[in-house]
Formats: sequence, structure tokens, C-alpha cells
Amino acid sequence: MTITTTIETMTSQPYLVRSVDKETPDTFTLTLKPESGANGTLFQPGQFSMLWVFGVGELPISISGQPFQMDCLVYTVRSVGQATHALVSRKAGDGIGVRGPFGTGWPIDKARGRDVIIVAGGIGLAPLRPVIYHVLGNRKQYGRLVVLYGSRSPRDLLYRKELSSWARQPDTHVLVTVDYGGLSWRGHVGVVTTLFKYARLQPEKSVAMVCGPEIMMRFVARELEMLGLKRDDVYISMERNMKCAVGFCGHCQYGPHFICKDGPIFPYEQLRPLLEKYEL
Amino acid sequence: METLERIIAEHPFFSGLDYGFVNLMVSCASNVRFKGGSYILKEGDPANTFYLVRAGKVAVEVLAPQHKPIIVSTLGVGEILGWSWLLPPFQWKFHARAVEDTRAVALDGKCLRSKCEENHDLGYEILKRFAQIMEQRLEATRLQLLDVYSVKR
Repeated sequence: MTITTTIETMTSQPYLVRSVDKETPDTFTLTLKPESGANGTLFQPGQFSMLWVFGVGELPISISGQPFQMDCLVYTVRSVGQATHALVSRKAGDGIGVRGPFGTGWPIDKARGRDVIIVAGGIGLAPLRPVIYHVLGNRKQYGRLVVLYGSRSPRDLLYRKELSSWARQPDTHVLVTVDYGGLSWRGHVGVVTTLFKYARLQPEKSVAMVCGPEIMMRFVARELEMLGLKRDDVYISMERNMKCAVGFCGHCQYGPHFICKDGPIFPYEQLRPLLEKYEL
Repeated sequence: METLERIIAEHPFFSGLDYGFVNLMVSCASNVRFKGGSYILKEGDPANTFYLVRAGKVAVEVLAPQHKPIIVSTLGVGEILGWSWLLPPFQWKFHARAVEDTRAVALDGKCLRSKCEENHDLGYEILKRFAQIMEQRLEATRLQLLDVYSVKR
């Protein structure tokens, strides 16, 4: 990497908040536009940006919007700490610094001509939403689209209207489950792996993309393998504490990998030995 | 019209079951329907049946003091409802309610228990299949208990 590109990647571009939309009691979707009025940045589904809340800190956040929407960048953020709380508290017109996009994307080229299985848990649906947009926007290039989404409770479900509209698309199967359902909830109750039996998967011609808490991804990958998917047809998205986002600082080192530069998307086959390591 | 014999033979739970055993099962089986909202079984009641869900959805509920019942899981098409008929004291441990209009095949547990006692090969086949269901549900329950989506983890 040259010094010029290093400086470019380490310098935030000024963006303005266009809107902040509440998804759940603690999760919000921010739409940002370049302050200059120019087009935003192209990204691959699965990539992330570093968002700088001035005076508070910088955060790695996956891009959750349309890959082909050039005039803005969209992020879905769960407010869990000081920096994320500050981020979701921004108002329309406030400034945010944006670096990136960084990291590897989901294997949308490899999945061409095959069924796409999306398995998401909690806020893990956000980094996968651009894949869903991409597949639905290029429908003839892909086989069946199966979206399996698990959440803690009905009130924690992201993108509820979109889930319903995706389910109405041809050759698309959307199944949603919650870990805890009240009596008014008429959908599935149980962990996301319990949805596999309803999905009528065709493992030999499918690519799976999985995002959620690491424990959930491990269980899902194991289940997919039992159903007949090859390990190198299963992809997972990893998360560690990222700072520089370009593999210099080492904060996000995971075994021999830097999550920011070599990931966040990895083939399950590549990470499996590390996922089974104690306390890594 | 589908015969009970065919429904049982084609149900994933009985996949690969010897034809003679399928006939034994049929002699203990009947078709049943439940209206959405009605209870199929209740905690503490004698457990003498299990169900192969053919259409609809069933919620397994736990009663909680000073709260509405809590749904711990739902069971859909192709799944098995109830294993308390198999083990003493033969009492249901949970409530099960049809979330929507539900069709199922009911298998008489008393009838099956006596057939399993008479024919241990059948008994072993049934136990193996139920053990697999129990293992899957235990794993799912453990994952559910981990509360992986909670911020407080």
C-alpha cells in the first residue's frame, strides 16, 4: 500500500445525516449523503465503513443500503454504548465523518446461478440486506432466495415491512422466528436453526451467507453442513474491535487474519478451526 | 384421498420404517382437527397421545405466575407434538395450543406402548426416532437459553 492510499483511507470524508429512522426500540437506520453533494461511494454487499461521530469516537458499521443507490449511504446501528448512542442521536443535517468502504464482500459472484440462503440473527440482517437487494435486483441471475431470520422477540425484528414485501417476490422464501413470542405473535417461536426444516433447501446448488452472534453462526454453519452444504459454500461475517480498518493496527487480529482487511466476510471452511478455539 | 397408512409411511419422522411396523402404527392412528385457538393438550393431564402435524401450527406454552402463558416453541407441518406418552408418569409437561386451524394424525400412546412392549424391535425404532427429536429440541433450547441477541451477554 502506498503512502498516498494510506492517507486516503485514513481520512474521513464529510457526510451529512439525511434521516434517522427507528427500526426497533434500540436500533436505528441512518441515511447519510456526501456534504459536497457529489455521489456517494460504491460498495460491495458486506463491506463496512468507519463512521466518526465528532468528539465521541469512530465505529465500524456495515453498510445496509442498496448497493446501486449512489446518492447516499445507509447504516443500521444498534445503540449499545456511548459511541453508538451518540451516532443514533444525530439529527438530520448533522455532520458525520465516513471512511471506507472496507473489507471483503459477500460472495455474490460465486452465488450466481445458484440458490442463495441468507441466515441472519438479530442485527445480523443489516449487513445481509444489500445481498437481498442485489439478488432481487438481478433476479434472473440467481436461483431461489431463502431468507431465514431469527430475532430475540417480535419487537426486535428489523425491516418488518421489507420482510413482508420480500416474501411476496417470486422464487423467494422468507421465514422469521423469534426466541420469545407473546401470545399475540402468530409466527414461529424457536431459534433460527429450527427454520431449516421448513425451507426445502437444495444444498448441492446453494450458497449460504450467515450473519449474527458468533455462537449462532457456529450452530447454523454446523446445521447447514449436516444438511449437505459444503463448508466452502457457507460464508460468515465476523466482528472484532476494529480501529484502523486497513490491517495496520492489529486490534481486530483473529488468529492469522485481520478481520477488517481479510474479512469481515470469510468462508466458514477458513475460520472453522478458530471458531472452535477456547476464548479466542 | 390419502390413507393413514400412506400419511404415516411418508412422514419424515417414520422415514425408512419397516412396512410391517407402519401397519402396526396405523392400527393406533386417527385423523384429528383443531380449531385455531383451541388447546390440544394441557399440563398435568394424562399423556396418552402424540401427534404428527399435517397442516397448521401449534404453540407449546408454559404457564407463568401472574403472566400470560409464554410460548417456548412452535411446531409446524411435518413435526411431532408430544413425547410424554412415552415415559412415566405419562403426564403432559406443557400446554399445546393450535395457533391456527390445524390438522394432525393422532397416535394412541397407550396402544403404541403395549405394541412396543410386545415387540421390542418396534420399541427400539420408536425410541431411536424420539431420541433424535429430543436431542434436536434440547440443542435448540440450549441455544435459546443463551439469549444470544441480548445486549447484556
